[in-house]
This record gives sequence, structure tokens and C-alpha cells, in this order.
Amino acid sequence: MKENLYKYILGIADNSLVLGQRLGELCGHGPSLETDIACTNISLDLFGQVRSYYQYAAKIKGNNATEDQIAFLRKEREYLNVLLVEQPNTDFAYTIGRQFLFDIYHFLFLTELQKSHDLNLAAIAKKSLKEVSYHRRFSSDWIKRLGDGTEESKRRIQEALDSLWTYTDELFHQTEADKIMVSKNIGVDTPTLKETYYTEVQTILSESTLEIPESKWFQKGGKDGIHTEHMGYLLSDLQYMQRTYPNMEW
Amino acid sequence: MKKNWPLWEVFVRSKNGLEHRHFGSLHAADADMALENARDVYTRRNEGVSIWVVESKNITASNPENNGELFEPAQDKIYRHPTFYDLPDEVKHM
Repeated sequence: MKENLYKYILGIADNSLVLGQRLGELCGHGPSLETDIACTNISLDLFGQVRSYYQYAAKIKGNNATEDQIAFLRKEREYLNVLLVEQPNTDFAYTIGRQFLFDIYHFLFLTELQKSHDLNLAAIAKKSLKEVSYHRRFSSDWIKRLGDGTEESKRRIQEALDSLWTYTDELFHQTEADKIMVSKNIGVDTPTLKETYYTEVQTILSESTLEIPESKWFQKGGKDGIHTEHMGYLLSDLQYMQRTYPNMEW
Repeated sequence: MKKNWPLWEVFVRSKNGLEHRHFGSLHAADADMALENARDVYTRRNEGVSIWVVESKNITASNPENNGELFEPAQDKIYRHPTFYDLPDEVKHM
């Protein structure tokens, strides 16, 4: 089995799975009918992308592995998503802040992944990019509305961004598998995206009359399977069905 | 938050060449948000290629109380329907 490629795919896919799960939690609980549907639409876009990645990963893993096993039957330490996407919904400002900080990265990342020498990954990236381009538009618009909205919305979105900021640097952290994939022209060399990322984020925050958050140090660990305390609860929801009724299918 | 948002009417063109049809209504803070909400609420199953939104308050509607004088006079004027002509066989799709 191509161990590094397998891990590399999970590193991309798990971000979408976990963020999709977080957004899915809002189904029926969004602040208004319209934003509820918008958030769950984005969730479904992400799950759609996840399926393509996991089907490919299952093929690489062999031994009759399935996308469902990969999605639902790993242990916490085996999930390789960044810490940012597992942060809880807290309130609408946190939901939008998390989405925005991820979408700007996701768009830059997929744009580069289209050039991957792995044609499967390049094809998934190309297909996902239109969806992510809308996600980015949606979350950026909301950042502007909340930032330049009422006193309360401004205070809340600023607070959300300030506390999520510490998770942004990990987006550009490279694992061993990442580095090997970059050397084979399969993976995206994420550190090269960092400057553009922070410039784009700062431009939108400034337009939204928000302060650029500052962090003395940045959290990381998710990409190596070391997660925040929120992850276990998220997984127990996500995995409940397969753990309780093993091998169940719709 | 929703209670402060005005109501918008949504019109969707389902494919090129067809007219925009009224699909429903939604709440949004302004026109841009109304378009995005309409995209998410009404076109997520591939229903459309174009969306119009208009704030509901800008629509002038007929009053149902006036239905008698507005619409009933047309009910017994069947001669206004072009049903009294013999169509030549060559004419299709009428």
C-alpha cells in the first residue's frame, strides 16, 4: 500500500469530513431558515468531496476497505484534520469565522491541487473548486455583514476570530507524508500559500472594519492525530450509527 | 435577527428560453443576501439558470375583495376564446 499517499488523502479529506459534520449539526438549528439551509448545503458539498477522496483512499488501502470504514471506524488519533475545523459552533460568529478562515485556505489549496501529478486528486480538486468558490463567497460576505453590522455582531465576530486565529498556522504545517508527496509533485507545498492566505484574510477583515487578530503562538497537532478536547464528542456523534449497528447500510 | 429582515419574492428561470416563474419567498437583509439565500433555498436541486429577487413590498397586488368586478365579467364571454375556428390540418402545436 502507498502509505504516504493514503495519509495525504486523509489529511485533505478529514478536514472536509469534520467541518461538514460541524455544519451538519446546524441542521434545524440555524439562526434563520435561510442560513440553516445555506450551512447544510455547504455541509453536503463537503461530504460529497469527502466521498470522492475516501473512495480513492479505500482503493489504495485494498483489503476490501470501504469509504464508510474510513469515515466511521477510525480512532481519534487516526483522524488527520486540522484543529480549526473541529472547533465547536459556539454561536453564528464562530461558525462563520471558522468557515471563513478555512474557505480562504481551501480555495488556495484546491487551486494548486489541480496541478497534482496524481490525476485522481487533480480531478477531485477541479470538481470541488466551484463549490468552494461559493463557500468562500458566502463566508466572506457574512464576515463583512457581521463586522460592519451592529455593535454586537462586530464584538462577537471579532471575539470568534481572535480565538480561532491560533489555529490558522496549522493549515500550513507539513507532516512527513506531506513533504514526501510534495517531492513527488503530488502534494501542494502549503507553506508557499501562507503569505497569500494572510493577505487575503487581512484584506477582507479590513474591509469589514475588523482588527487583524494577533497570536504569540499557534496551536497545532491535528494533522498528526493529536486533537483538541472537542474531537471525541464530535466523533461519538459521527460514529454512533456504525458503532451501534456495525455494517449497517441505508 | 430574522424578524428585522424584510421579505423578498423569488423568481427563477428554470432553463434558457423559458420565462422566470415565481418560486416562493424568503427573508434577507438586502438584495445581495436575498440572491444568495434564493440560490441556497430554491436552486439547490438544479432548478434554475437565473434568479430574480424583488422585495415583496414593491409588488402591487389586486385585492381579492374586488375579484367580482375584476374577473367575473370574463367568465361568460366564451367568444373571447379562439375556439370557434376550424384549424387546417397543416397547423400543428396549437
